[in-house]
Amino acid sequence: MLEPLQQPFMLRALAEVVLVGVAGGALGCWVVHYGLSYAAESLAHSLFPGLVLAAIAGVSLLLGAAPAALLAALAIVLAARVAGVGREAAVAVVVTTMLGLGVLLALSPRSPRGVESLLFGDVFGVGDADLIAAAALLAVVAVALRLLHGRLLVVGFDRDAARALGVSPALAEAALLVLLAAGTVVAVQGLGNLLVVAVFVAPAAAARQFSERMAPTIALAAAIAALGGVAGLYLSYYVGTAGGASVALALVAAYPLALLAAALRRRRSEIVPPEVRIA
Amino acid sequence: MPGAPLIEASGFAAGYDGAAAISEVELTLAAGQTLALLGPNGGGKTTLLRALLGQLRPLAGTLTVGARCGLVPQTERSRLDYPVSALDVATMGAIPRLPWWRRPGRRERREAQRALRRVGLGELAGATYGELSGGQRQRTLIARALVQDAGLLLLDEPFSGLDRVSAEALEALIGELAAEGRGVVLATHELEQARACDLVLCINHRQIAFGAPAEVLADLRVLEATYGGAIVEIPGGGGRAILPPHHHDH
Repeated sequence: MLEPLQQPFMLRALAEVVLVGVAGGALGCWVVHYGLSYAAESLAHSLFPGLVLAAIAGVSLLLGAAPAALLAALAIVLAARVAGVGREAAVAVVVTTMLGLGVLLALSPRSPRGVESLLFGDVFGVGDADLIAAAALLAVVAVALRLLHGRLLVVGFDRDAARALGVSPALAEAALLVLLAAGTVVAVQGLGNLLVVAVFVAPAAAARQFSERMAPTIALAAAIAALGGVAGLYLSYYVGTAGGASVALALVAAYPLALLAAALRRRRSEIVPPEVRIA
Repeated sequence: MPGAPLIEASGFAAGYDGAAAISEVELTLAAGQTLALLGPNGGGKTTLLRALLGQLRPLAGTLTVGARCGLVPQTERSRLDYPVSALDVATMGAIPRLPWWRRPGRRERREAQRALRRVGLGELAGATYGELSGGQRQRTLIARALVQDAGLLLLDEPFSGLDRVSAEALEALIGELAAEGRGVVLATHELEQARACDLVLCINHRQIAFGAPAEVLADLRVLEATYGGAIVEIPGGGGRAILPPHHHDH
């Protein structure tokens, strides 16, 4: 158990998955309850051309991912305003375009080797800057969710009534999407473009099986995400599987396990103890 | 004896994208009075509630609201799978008066607990909202409006889907809240509920009539204009029924 901890690359990877896991798990609860899981996946895929351009230019992936996220968000807003194109169709069109553009760039002769790590992540290759970004993400997400908790709760409960309580549903959702974009940009380094959505959706969906209140659900999702990340890294270390994919697999595995555990718990509570007869 | 005026409307019209959804509204509601907004679905009841909340600007005339409004929406609109307790929902009523960076704390939760006790749900404060009965959910939303310190309660179809016992208990609660000096506006399409109020406003895209239920609802022409269909007497003293528009006997 302790052997992997003697490897510096493993310690960095563990720090990365714990920081990103806690931030992503907590944020994911709101993402799931607001029905933004598809948006989270779309956002991640839209970053791909930005990531490839950053790799070609040899700069930090953050510098490529951030403008790509902004461009995708803008394109979705504009496409959704075209008559006859709904929001869902607009997201699909923009995401497919961005992913296609990214693949085109990735397959160009100027594309560096190892571009597949952008798709599947390179959690064992995280550097100091990535760890600083992950720590900053966790701090921002923790502060923002604490400040916005009441308002996010109101909007998620009933959008129309939220307006009557002086809370703007559009602003609450926009704040959530900005946090999600920031989380995706940071988490994509470790989990890759195709797998990053796992950290936002799976732990939250798993935690939802055990709690009927938002604050405990958030705490549980953060714990599941961090533990799932650690479990994935150990799996990768001992079995020799890809780091990002192993972490994503462990995170996603939490969901069926949670469903099973919740079903067993329900069944146990339904079993009535046999009547004790006194002769 | 009615108290200070809470709502005064004169020649008021409101709607969406410049087109009026309701017009010619003339009404006055004083503190301690209950008003039924009677009309068909899509007749403008919700538009008037939104105007009272200040969410719609007048297209014509004036509308003056002299108290803080607390909206009690239809419980079907809120999510039943949402991870909140009755206390969480009631506490949401404190949000409007808190600065954006502050989340409700102990003080606000104590206030919400008091409001829940006021509506008879003190024992169920910790219960999950989605597991409450329809009547209990409606009371929870009323408690939220009380935490808002609303002097004017706006209830949107509050009796919808409630059984008779729950509806009677809710009706009694509404009466008590009005007796404490609050104004109550309730949107409904049920004649019986309108009869129990002090005043009734019949609307169907425009004001049809306003006044005491005993006068307004006794006029069949008012009811026909309100519902857009003919009123028929049910044989054997079964009361009255409204035929839908374009109803033909064959």
